[in-house]
Amino acid sequence: MQVPILKQGSFLIATVQSALTDADMVQLRDALVDQVGKYRSHGVIIDVTALDVIDSFATGTLRDVAQMVRLRGAETVIVGIQPDVAFSMVHMGLSLEEVATTLDLEEGLAYLNRKTKLQTGP
Amino acid sequence: MKPAEVAEETRITVESDTDIVTARMRGRAMAVTLGFPPATATLVATAISELARNILLYAKRGEVALTPVENGTRRGLVVEARDQGPGIRDVEEALRDGYSTSGRLGLGLPGVRRLMDEFTVRSAVNQGTIVTVKKWNG
Repeated sequence: MQVPILKQGSFLIATVQSALTDADMVQLRDALVDQVGKYRSHGVIIDVTALDVIDSFATGTLRDVAQMVRLRGAETVIVGIQPDVAFSMVHMGLSLEEVATTLDLEEGLAYLNRKTKLQTGP
Repeated sequence: MKPAEVAEETRITVESDTDIVTARMRGRAMAVTLGFPPATATLVATAISELARNILLYAKRGEVALTPVENGTRRGLVVEARDQGPGIRDVEEALRDGYSTSGRLGLGLPGVRRLMDEFTVRSAVNQGTIVTVKKWNG
């Protein structure tokens, strides 16, 4: 199932609607990296509230997205990781490393607003 | 009166990445049916996701069997991932964090061991691999 990507101002918002296959995850990664250039976006939000499982493949792909988006000059934030999913990731030893995370979409937007303002200056 | 829901042994053929999602969803559903709390059901689903992906990645094809078990009053779920792929040359090495022959994170198998209560791997080169894991409720 393809993940819809919404353009909101200078940000892109990808909202995961259901469980994703590995191919869906890779497709999302490529679409975001592409659209950051197409729309000259400064930030990317990936809302994973609906994701049932974040396993080693999903973790690796989310890390890749953040790294690739950064190389394209934009910031990424992952929002909405559910408590049970966080519990499972910690048990398994999975880490998103330096990738930014916030509680929900609202906090994610606030994070990107702060982050991109700091970069562009007054 | 409706009889209590009974969890039955389920097998899922794994030969595409959509089967990974199917396997973990069935596993979660079975865990919930067995009365596992949602957090534990997520651990089980995550372990199944890793095991099913290993089948696809290394053997291309195989199956995941989900079996409810009982030990006195305790209920549990056994997940067995079987394939007839290339096998694991060095099982100890494959269980080490960060070890991967596929260029990935290398946390799959050692991660599964941490998620579950019991864990065994049987593997023979060029014959296949059977990973059996168990999770108890409580």
